[in-house]
Amino acid sequence: MTSRRDEQVGQLKFRDPAQARRLTEALAERFAALNRSELWIMHVCGSHEQAIARFGLRAVLPAGLRVVMGPGCPVCVTDMPEVDEAVVLARQGVHIATFGDMLRVPGTVCSLADAQAEGARVHVVYGAVEAVDLARCTAGEVVFFATGFETTAVATAAVLRGALPANFSVLSAHKYVPPAMEIVARVPGTRVAGFLAAGHAATITGWGIFEPFAARHGLPVVVAGFEPLDILAGLVRLIELIGAGEATVANMYPRCVTREGNRAAQAQLWEVFRTTGGQWRGIADIPDGNLRLREAYADVDARRRFTIDLASLSDTPMPALAKDCICGRIMTGLATPVECALFGRECLPETPIGACMVSSEGTCRIWHHYGGGPA
Amino acid sequence: MCLGVPGKVISIDGMVATVDFWGVWKPVRLDVVDVDVRPGDYVLNHVGFAIRRIPPEEIGETLALFEAILEQAPAGDLLAAEVRHDMGRPEDDEADR
Ligand code: SF4
Ligand code: SF4
Repeated sequence: MTSRRDEQVGQLKFRDPAQARRLTEALAERFAALNRSELWIMHVCGSHEQAIARFGLRAVLPAGLRVVMGPGCPVCVTDMPEVDEAVVLARQGVHIATFGDMLRVPGTVCSLADAQAEGARVHVVYGAVEAVDLARCTAGEVVFFATGFETTAVATAAVLRGALPANFSVLSAHKYVPPAMEIVARVPGTRVAGFLAAGHAATITGWGIFEPFAARHGLPVVVAGFEPLDILAGLVRLIELIGAGEATVANMYPRCVTREGNRAAQAQLWEVFRTTGGQWRGIADIPDGNLRLREAYADVDARRRFTIDLASLSDTPMPALAKDCICGRIMTGLATPVECALFGRECLPETPIGACMVSSEGTCRIWHHYGGGPA
Repeated sequence: MCLGVPGKVISIDGMVATVDFWGVWKPVRLDVVDVDVRPGDYVLNHVGFAIRRIPPEEIGETLALFEAILEQAPAGDLLAAEVRHDMGRPEDDEADR
């Protein structure tokens, strides 16, 4: 399997070591020309973080260039009350189908995995399609606890537009990234000088969506893919824009991203969902940052189908340790995992205190897995 | 769950394609992709849906972008020239195989 993988990626030529070296040199050169001892770049995508960690890219960055991960993982930004809703439903006897990462995300009282241990029926699925399949062969109610950014929400939308079994509904915790970038870009004390935008989300929304953002905040944005060369080239381009003082958008992922994006997907997304304000875990209340089902889909909206009584949970105090979790600061680029007193001590992948230690694309989890890692 | 993975379309049955991801074949739905997809095309897959057909000419476009970056390397850098040579001609690889 490895050889076939290498063959195909080789075909795409985005992992070539010689080219990577050249791009690294170009990056060092451009960075030196900036004449700044320190520069912070933020990316907003768990998949970018994974690629950066997996290919060891931080080790080849020029000293002083820091690439930090912002609110780039939907697992990490799913708010506790959203987990609570799923837990309450699970405890009511509803089957919950969700992505594997969601099971151990702590809610106010417990996680879905804890509920499962108590006897609740919680199932791991790969996506909305599988959740529907599960409903087809299940007698009781099945609720798909849907998390993920616009890219994933499109898949949920496509499924909801099709034929569905009567016992299927969706609890949407989908999130919409552009409004979150707005918040993070103006967090007091931020040192972020430019954004690497998520190539997959931009595949749907198009890169044009970042133009007003870049102009408003005076920050360049570069859309980048997920191969090592994509990321290096994206960083070079970003440094060039910073050096030139150009708060514009560059697309370094033209094989997947166009200016307008995938219009068919956008149409499906907005037919099914509307944006609402709401909390992103540990970060802020983000206007238009949540995707909720439209009125026309009320029938399959778990929030309408069931009475979800969060009051039964709400008088339980937050676990003492959770108060020290600094996920919010990490996801806004103000801190790194090693600055958290719990990192690698009380907070471990097996016993996560915060959500960033849960998901395979959470910053704390990745740093823990790859041995901390230079910022 | 957010990993978008490119794969090659093997066959298509209605709205579902069978896609080869480095040797692993999986069904991928085509409802979301905005253009016609045919066997042999590469698609970017996300949670079971193709979100983009990757046009081969645009792979070349990305490589050309990288080349443009390296173009600005200091004059006389032989390595850069060599890399430019490597990068600019993805079609040669096809012929080699
Ligand atoms: S190490 Fe754990 S507690 Fe600390 S910020 Fe990360 S997830 Fe939160
Ligand atoms: S951890 Fe899961 S949800 Fe978070 S970015 Fe990653 S893949 Fe997406």
